[in-house]
Amino acid sequence: MTSKLSRNLRLVFSYAFLIALVVIVFYPIAWAFMGSLNPGDSLSKTKLFTTDLSFKHYIYLFKETNYLKWYWNTLKIALGTMVLSTIFVVSAGYAFSRYRFKGRKYGLMTMLVLQMFPSFMGMIAIFLLLDRVGLLDTHIGLILVYSGGGIPFGAWLVKGYFDGIPKSLEEAARIDGAGHITVFFKVMVPLARPILVFVAVNNFIGPWMDFIFARLVLTSPEKKTLAIGLFDMITGKSNTQFTNFAAGAVLVAIPITILFILFQKHIVEGLKAGANKG
Amino acid sequence: MKSHSKISALLSALFMGLGQIYNKQYIKGLIMMGVGLFILITFAVDFQHAMWGLTTLGETKQTIDGWDIVQGDHSINLLIYGLIFLIASILVLSAHVANVVDAYSVGKKREIGIVPNGIKETLKTMYEKGFPFAMLLPSVFATAFLIILPNLFGVLLAFTNYSSPNHLPPKNLVDWVGFDTFIDLFKMDMWSSTFYGVFGWTVLWAILSTFTCFFAGLFVAIIVNQKGIVFKRFWRSVFILPWAIPQFVSILVMQNLFNGEFGPINQLLLDLGILNERLYFLSDPTLAKITIVVVNIWFGFPYWMVLMSGVMTSIDKELYEAADVDGANNWQKFPKITMPVLMFSTAPLLIMSFAGNFNNFNMIYLMTQGGPVNTSYQGAGSTDILISWIYKMTLEQRQYNMASVVSILIFVIIASISIWNFRRTKAFKEEDMMS
Repeated sequence: MTSKLSRNLRLVFSYAFLIALVVIVFYPIAWAFMGSLNPGDSLSKTKLFTTDLSFKHYIYLFKETNYLKWYWNTLKIALGTMVLSTIFVVSAGYAFSRYRFKGRKYGLMTMLVLQMFPSFMGMIAIFLLLDRVGLLDTHIGLILVYSGGGIPFGAWLVKGYFDGIPKSLEEAARIDGAGHITVFFKVMVPLARPILVFVAVNNFIGPWMDFIFARLVLTSPEKKTLAIGLFDMITGKSNTQFTNFAAGAVLVAIPITILFILFQKHIVEGLKAGANKG
Repeated sequence: MKSHSKISALLSALFMGLGQIYNKQYIKGLIMMGVGLFILITFAVDFQHAMWGLTTLGETKQTIDGWDIVQGDHSINLLIYGLIFLIASILVLSAHVANVVDAYSVGKKREIGIVPNGIKETLKTMYEKGFPFAMLLPSVFATAFLIILPNLFGVLLAFTNYSSPNHLPPKNLVDWVGFDTFIDLFKMDMWSSTFYGVFGWTVLWAILSTFTCFFAGLFVAIIVNQKGIVFKRFWRSVFILPWAIPQFVSILVMQNLFNGEFGPINQLLLDLGILNERLYFLSDPTLAKITIVVVNIWFGFPYWMVLMSGVMTSIDKELYEAADVDGANNWQKFPKITMPVLMFSTAPLLIMSFAGNFNNFNMIYLMTQGGPVNTSYQGAGSTDILISWIYKMTLEQRQYNMASVVSILIFVIIASISIWNFRRTKAFKEEDMMS
């Protein structure tokens, strides 16, 4: 009897904890969401529970700011980064995993060491370099910076995944007369789909979040990405723009959150593999 | 008998493709000579100038002649120009070595009577042997110019005096100063006290943020995965939201919620009677640090919850059944079975997460911009960690050389942690401890 009582007590406390946690998780989300729908300008005038709602901040975003333009810019950069970095990473990872050539070990060690540099270290040089080749303030320049920066981590990750695929499969294809390219595209790429999805999703999401390199590379206002646009909206002007910012934030957060949840399994597996590589 | 191998290698060393022509591989040889000529024309003259720039960083200062400014040398442009040439010449050099080696080995084959490959066979072997190199080429180029070059440049800056106010081109020249900047960081009071202060907080922050999130995630995972809790999937999906929402958006929201003047959290605590007066969460140094660590749990626990849930459900049920047979209760099963398995499978992630938090720029910078201001620090605020201090030194204060020195120190710290982790996990794998 006592054990049943203690079990129930435990469950009651557990549910209480879970419900409290749900409230904590939703608290900032609710503020952002309600902020975007409140008619006032500022956070101090925003009410969490109210029926006085309006879409005026969304309308403001579309009519008065370059929000749609930023959205389109970011989408373009994200897609470009996704494609380019996946090509870089998969080709390099495959070569490192399946071929033995001079310099392979040094190449792998270099890739490992390069991951450990703080990302700001190269900032000035990247700026100067892009300036020199005329890619400063262009989206292509930013795509190159993002996809280049992801190579060391990604190549190791993909190499590790390819290492785990038994060689017998491609040997069988080889005996059937398949060449390098056929083996790569028909046998290996389909088998490596989970890790490719991770690399692609990861690189797609990255540009939506980063505002450091975006700010460094893109200088003219019409080329801005969402992250810079939103950041500029809320810093400096303190409290007055919160509701507009919230509307912008909601529109970014919804698709990215859905994407994340859809690919959650791949992301978790990929992160685990990233820490265990070698 | 003539030594074809040596003669052709020598010829190829003299000029790209000559040895191949000597080996009667005319088309291949001509193509290679063309490439060699192209490199010579585009490269050789500028190379000297580039190396002069790299070693001296310019010699003529900008001067003013009446009303006109007479441009001098731009040290930083010379530095990056020199590096581009240095890296390009490494790539060229390796192509040249490959050309000599190729001529030598074809010559060797001729000596034992094998007829050299014609252009068709050459292309075929190139495809066979060259495939991995072709696959690597795009990444090698991108890595060389987008990662190695910038980082090398960053490292080199640490050995110059490139900083505001006296050494900023184009007005002034920058010089190589050896280890002076390193010495300044440790010996000059203003710099060293800032460094030790910021470094101490960075380590404390990395430890606190990693462990709070780890244990919070663990705790939530245990609660959700208990026997008798229904809608497990629902709870987990809700708790994953903080991880799924783009971080920079939610940090900026949090920053507003915790604002001392108009933030609703203050209002809520006042209304509930927990506080009597407003708390300035982000303007008091100590309170700001506590706030960041606490807020960070919101962001960090879902990752660990997901991982732990995964591990917990994969633990062999027989282990628990065996424990039940032996009469173990929950309080014994947890530390003896669950915890060791969890620690084993999450230890590498824990270490990498420590390294990640060490450089968690977004959390600090978006939450407080490093503030509140700390007057006893040189260019850093009370909540600045090393990486955000570097950001400020680079973009706000133009202390490029000092930023570089601190970056190198971060690199050394992170590299030691990662290499140790890498070796440890490898050792584990080889011993096959758990599986």
